[in-house]
Amino acid sequence: MRFVLRRSGFFLLTLWVALTLNFALPRLMPGNPALAIIGKFRGGISPQAVKVLEAQFGVGTHQNLVAQYFKYLGDVATLKFGVSLTTQPGASVGRIVLDAIPWTLGLVGITTVLAFILGTGIGILSGWLRGGRLDSIMPPIFVIMTVIPYFWIGLVLILIFGVKLHVLPYFFSYNFTLTPGFNAAFIGNVAEHAILPAFTLLITTIGVWILTMRNTMITTLAEDYVRMARAKGLPGHRIMLDYAARNAILPNLTGFAMSLGFVVGGAILIEEVFNYQGVGYLLLQAVNNTDYPLMQALFLLITVAVLFAILLSDIATAILDPRTRGAG
Amino acid sequence: MATLQTPPGAGEAGPGPGQPFPAAGPAAAGLPLSAGGGIAGGGGIAGARSLRRMARAITANRKATVGTALLVLFTFIAVFPGLIAHDDPQAEIYPRSLHPSAQHWLGTTSFGQDMFAQVIYGTRPVLLIAVGVGLLATIVAMLIGVAAAYLGGAWDGTLNVFTDVLLVIPLFPLLIIIGSYLHGAGTAVMIAVIALTGWSYTARQLRAQALSLRERDFLNAAKVRGERPLYVICVEIIPTMTSLLVAAFLTNALYAVLFSSSLQFIGLGDPSVTSWGTMLYWAENNEAFQTGLPLWIIVPGLCIVTLGAAFALLNYAFDEIGNPALRPARSIRRRHVKRAK
Repeated sequence: MRFVLRRSGFFLLTLWVALTLNFALPRLMPGNPALAIIGKFRGGISPQAVKVLEAQFGVGTHQNLVAQYFKYLGDVATLKFGVSLTTQPGASVGRIVLDAIPWTLGLVGITTVLAFILGTGIGILSGWLRGGRLDSIMPPIFVIMTVIPYFWIGLVLILIFGVKLHVLPYFFSYNFTLTPGFNAAFIGNVAEHAILPAFTLLITTIGVWILTMRNTMITTLAEDYVRMARAKGLPGHRIMLDYAARNAILPNLTGFAMSLGFVVGGAILIEEVFNYQGVGYLLLQAVNNTDYPLMQALFLLITVAVLFAILLSDIATAILDPRTRGAG
Repeated sequence: MATLQTPPGAGEAGPGPGQPFPAAGPAAAGLPLSAGGGIAGGGGIAGARSLRRMARAITANRKATVGTALLVLFTFIAVFPGLIAHDDPQAEIYPRSLHPSAQHWLGTTSFGQDMFAQVIYGTRPVLLIAVGVGLLATIVAMLIGVAAAYLGGAWDGTLNVFTDVLLVIPLFPLLIIIGSYLHGAGTAVMIAVIALTGWSYTARQLRAQALSLRERDFLNAAKVRGERPLYVICVEIIPTMTSLLVAAFLTNALYAVLFSSSLQFIGLGDPSVTSWGTMLYWAENNEAFQTGLPLWIIVPGLCIVTLGAAFALLNYAFDEIGNPALRPARSIRRRHVKRAK
């Protein structure tokens, strides 16, 4: 339990740092962002929005920094994120974010699970058949795969399947002519729109699972208990799965727990390239529109998701692998 | 990745996958198994000797040879772009949206700029950012990691918490936020921002390595001789980490190429600088695919991939040199066969 407490303390500390970054960054940068926005949209933003801006960046409120800081912390604690300035003027930031979350969870969440399962499976085989054809093809491919920018793969897929072959849609998450609803036509359309972004994400994330699994498999296969299993004459698939893979999967499992946290903010550029209206797309819209309240809330959301996942993965590791409990 | 990088759980040293950001994944995958000091540091190896050993390793390993060759090529282009391309990359003086021809090898953009010149001149900023971040992030990581391990006690605790916190904050969103407040980051700002947010993974590795050295005899001997801490760190500890530092430099450089290109692509770089990322930004904004200019997107992307591959190949090669267990079994077998013949 001491371990869990210590990790929770670290979680809170990091959360505090993220909050403070959110507060301090706009105030540290040259030029005042609030004044810049008010100037840019002269007369174009509502008095309510001006008030939000003033509160958020401490312009014209005559409060000192410390008072502003505590007010900010209080607002966050009570989940008051203000209203959007420019993306959807006047709409509550909380509402906009909540609308975007399901799209990201659906697209990135499902793809992450798929990538994990496929990647771990291929990694087990690749490590088991070390020196075979699969194993000699895989690593060089993934050296290349890991250096390709995600968004560029998305762009190339758009070129091939969208622009040249006209077989798959690549804009937004469903066809505008359809009304959202739980019917087969709409769900089919959503699925069709998800194919390209999901495939992009899959081929860019699967490599790490394969590589980690393969390398841990190779290390594990050299262990004495595996040699013992071979000496006993156990069938190959039992050694591969019950002896080697079962023990080698730990890094992948904790990595998986962690990657679930990155689902929320993990596909920013893919959502951007496909104009898929999830959290990442929203973040870039907020950035392009200098919609700081929305941007800050999204950064916080992404960070909190990651922190939670890391906390969970630490605890999972401690439960699965007693050796780690003393460390950290 | 996430990305981009930063897969190790806050508490544990074992790197694992799990940051599906651009670049952070590779940054992590680059050094899959050497984190725990897989490269044994012999005491007091002279710098020149380990350099010579490195040169021999580069020529013996195919991945290292290819990586080095690519890097030399890109460096040449970055230093002498004028020798290769004869057009001003920014000048909008040609007919718009030309197809490739003998005059314009890659055609022209929809602004009437020569695309080949843009690709060639775009090499320098990317390479500067890669090398700049590689050096700066590795130096910061070295100072903090080694200082934490050497000083120990409260210093170690404080620096460690600092490192861990930075490690778990999602980097790419953080970079986007910082970029949006900066309004167009030029090369120097880009280097500073990426390096100062991205050193933590390396710092952890170097700290682990320094900790494993702490009780070695040659360090105790230095202490008994009464050497100052700075001397011990610079002359006794750091030279034993040469291979780890090279690997860290390569990982950070790769990560800088991908992150800076991504930031430029979404318009957070300085749009007036000609670089591969800003080319992609302008191409995407002008719907290059739909207007029949696919090369505007394909070529800069391929350049990013090739430069990234150069760093990644070198990194994998160093990993194999440090950890023979990862070498492809096939090539080992082939070598034996050759010897047998």
